[in-house]
Amino acid sequence: MKKASKVVTVLVFVFLYVPMLVLMIGSFNSSSDLVVFKSFTMDNYRALFADGVLLPLLLNSLIISVIASLASTVLGTAATLGIHRMGKRMRRFTMFLTNIPMTNPEIVTGVSLALLFAFAGQLMKIKSILGFWTLLIAHITFNLPYVILSVQPKLTQMDPNLTKAAMDLGCTPVQAFFKVVLHEILPGIISGALMAFTMSLDDFVISYFVYGPNFVTLPVEIYNYTKKPLHPKIYALFTLLFLAILAVMLLMNILQARDTARQRNSRQKARAGQPTV
Amino acid sequence: MKRQFLSGPYLVWMLLFTLIPLAIVVYYAFTDSVTGAFTIRNMASMGAYLPIFLRSIWLAVVSALICLVLGYPVAWCIAQTKPLTQRFLYMLVMLPMCISFLLRTLAWVSLLEDTGIVNRLLGQLGIGPLRLVRNDGAVILGMVYNYLPYMIMPLYTVIMKIDPRLVDAAQDLGCDGGQVFLRVTLPLSVPGIVSGITMVFVPAVSTFYISQKMGGTTSTMIGDVIESQFKTAYNPNLGAALSLVLMILVLVCVAVMNHFTGEDESVATI
Amino acid sequence: MKKNLRRVLALVMLVSMIAAFSLLCGASAAKEETVTINVYNWGQYISDGTDGYIDVNKAFTEETGIQVNYITFDSNETMYTKLKTGGASYDVIFPSDYMIARLIKEGMLLPLNYDNIPNAQLVMPAYRGMAHDPEDTYSVPYTWGGTGIIYNTKFVDEADVGSWDLLWNEKYKGKILMFDNPRDAFGVAQFRLGYDVNTTDPQELQACADLLLQQKPLVQDYVMDQIYDKMEHEEAWIGVYYAGDFIMMQAENENLNFCYPKEGFNLFVDSMCIPTSCQNKDAAEAYINFLCRPDICGENMEYLGYSVPIEGATDYMDPEAAANPIAYPDEKTLERGYIYLNLPAETSQLMDSLWLKVKTSGANKTLLIGIIGLVVVIAVCAFFIIRKNKKKAKRKSLYTK
Repeated sequence: MKKASKVVTVLVFVFLYVPMLVLMIGSFNSSSDLVVFKSFTMDNYRALFADGVLLPLLLNSLIISVIASLASTVLGTAATLGIHRMGKRMRRFTMFLTNIPMTNPEIVTGVSLALLFAFAGQLMKIKSILGFWTLLIAHITFNLPYVILSVQPKLTQMDPNLTKAAMDLGCTPVQAFFKVVLHEILPGIISGALMAFTMSLDDFVISYFVYGPNFVTLPVEIYNYTKKPLHPKIYALFTLLFLAILAVMLLMNILQARDTARQRNSRQKARAGQPTV
Repeated sequence: MKRQFLSGPYLVWMLLFTLIPLAIVVYYAFTDSVTGAFTIRNMASMGAYLPIFLRSIWLAVVSALICLVLGYPVAWCIAQTKPLTQRFLYMLVMLPMCISFLLRTLAWVSLLEDTGIVNRLLGQLGIGPLRLVRNDGAVILGMVYNYLPYMIMPLYTVIMKIDPRLVDAAQDLGCDGGQVFLRVTLPLSVPGIVSGITMVFVPAVSTFYISQKMGGTTSTMIGDVIESQFKTAYNPNLGAALSLVLMILVLVCVAVMNHFTGEDESVATI
Repeated sequence: MKKNLRRVLALVMLVSMIAAFSLLCGASAAKEETVTINVYNWGQYISDGTDGYIDVNKAFTEETGIQVNYITFDSNETMYTKLKTGGASYDVIFPSDYMIARLIKEGMLLPLNYDNIPNAQLVMPAYRGMAHDPEDTYSVPYTWGGTGIIYNTKFVDEADVGSWDLLWNEKYKGKILMFDNPRDAFGVAQFRLGYDVNTTDPQELQACADLLLQQKPLVQDYVMDQIYDKMEHEEAWIGVYYAGDFIMMQAENENLNFCYPKEGFNLFVDSMCIPTSCQNKDAAEAYINFLCRPDICGENMEYLGYSVPIEGATDYMDPEAAANPIAYPDEKTLERGYIYLNLPAETSQLMDSLWLKVKTSGANKTLLIGIIGLVVVIAVCAFFIIRKNKKKAKRKSLYTK
């Protein structure tokens, strides 16, 4: 059984990575067709940097996802702290609210926000309401539940006496929060923020319903591109993005591994009766 | 301690951008596209879309189950390796989720189409072009491909948490490998299975891109119809009605699936 | 413990923030100085600098200093939906004849100020005062052309070509591409059935829908500009599309050929209009004027392959392109061309809903499978629930003992 599952694992990884390999090979192809490899070229990369259409869109995507993930992290963390103190009924209601965007199909969220913005636009007589702000609002909205759901467990795990202890030792409640609580829930906040960032960086469905002509994100434009003959420079962009994400992930992995290794070492030393550094 | 007011902004936000939009969807679903008067015509016409709803659910369920069958061994395998390898493999699972699923789906099309890479290779072996794309199977393949990581992640998290001593204990008590799996590992990973299935099923049932690219002319899914009502055939009222029904259907499906985990309320454990 | 992780994350965020911020600053600084217009055009419908042809938008910006934000749509209906949905402002749009009439009727266009568009005087007489805009109040023609059948001579028997029947030919099952918009798709059916293309008879429309349904099993896909890739790569052998696009496709794959079917075909005029959501009318008119300039129009159309409605523009074109019999069919062929008119609201609604039915049909066979599947799923659910309840009951009985 172990062998069988190993075989499956290898096959699944092949399955996951073959299409990406096809795209990456396509980025070096002088023909626009992914199927036939004509000859090796770097022209697609040159075209990508020369024409200045796709890179600003990537930047747009980054702007939106950074601001949206930061805003939803702050808003979501504050909300989680509040939820922690709520009565049972209120908490149930809030969690219900949180679960709506999580369980709703993305297309329904997108459609509902599109209708809301169209309605608001009519109400406020703004001709071009769709754009940066509507995208930002939509992204914050679907990011919030991820932040809350990853901060909440940390808060529940935390020993409530910690805050009391800090205050006994002379901290003001605000100090106690920043020195103790925040420190305890930080891993949750970080993973929430990361989750939010990746979710909004590659979000297509919701953005597709709330974007305007003046502010387009990369996934939306890629979709619009797929309705026309595709220029292979888009594969070049894909390859570069893949490498960038791979690099960031590897870096994080290595650092994390080093951290755990160090921790294990210090623990071992401590166990051996040596003073920890 | 008035800390619960910290969640005030959040509640206002969710009210404004979650509940009110849904109310607007309901409003649109029950009004006429031309006059704006109250009508149940949109909702009454839902019967005609029943086959499409059913096929969407069917395709999504099948792909969720395939994801489970494929994803479980992978999650289990990853959990068995050394911590360092684990982290690396987990990263490899996560990575595809971060980059354009649109382009990756398109790559599948170029692999599978009649003049695609696979058919060319087969052609050299003397096997005539097979029809690999533009059918329901291709849609399922596209869904499995796109949403498999969403299945592996929660499964891995759950399997990791299983106390190895339980497995040891079961073995000491005379279970063989299969029995250990059936009686200990599998029951303990039910929460992961449920949340994995939910995380695959919900986006799969409402997709429109995958069915557009991988599906044939008869693989229209409910997401396609909703998208077309908002993007090409200006009829937001019908689109809203379809969205409303889709939302209710998904909620019911998710509720049914959550029944497996019992007391655990949270919908998606990440 | 996660200090390093935090550091990396902070770094990533910081870098992207700085990049974002600098771009925002740059963008807002640029905005203060220049006017930007939103141009909403068909995909693949302007010379954009590929293969050494003119980059029209860039040339316009260089000459006037007005920035162009160029956005594309894939059908008249998509464009109409975008305008109707609102929330975005567009300065210049490029609808076709029947859609112009519809937009005028619904009050969605602004009358043009011809003082700003002197080049409009160069529009050929044949394209002035057309039925959709009798006074030319709202529109200036951009191109004209016809629809017809594109086929690959490598795979398609020349004897089968000549009629719309080719799109219903069983021999080419799975290799046929069909229009992905209601008006053009119904138009094809209407020509084949010999109906008037502007019919309002519900029964005739129903017959067209039936014909399209009959065609559906043969169709590989319903497409718009995706036809380029599919025809060029020979994934499909037969398609129906606009003549100008065929000329562009032929440049990539010389096996492609074109035919104006004998039953008749659609002649269309795409014009430039200014919608009511426009925010820079003067700049929009300057853009329209620029595109009407004979040299720009000529170079643009040489790349596009569509036909020129501007006097003197052909002088700036390669003579061979200007004499292409597909872009400029002879009188006899043109006699078979029919122009779409705007349909009454009920008719176009009926057409939309029939089209939706055509597109979504064919799920019936899977309905059965679907139902079976659901039953199985429900049965499994019930089984688990019952088993769990039993277990609970057992546990309870244990406790009570």
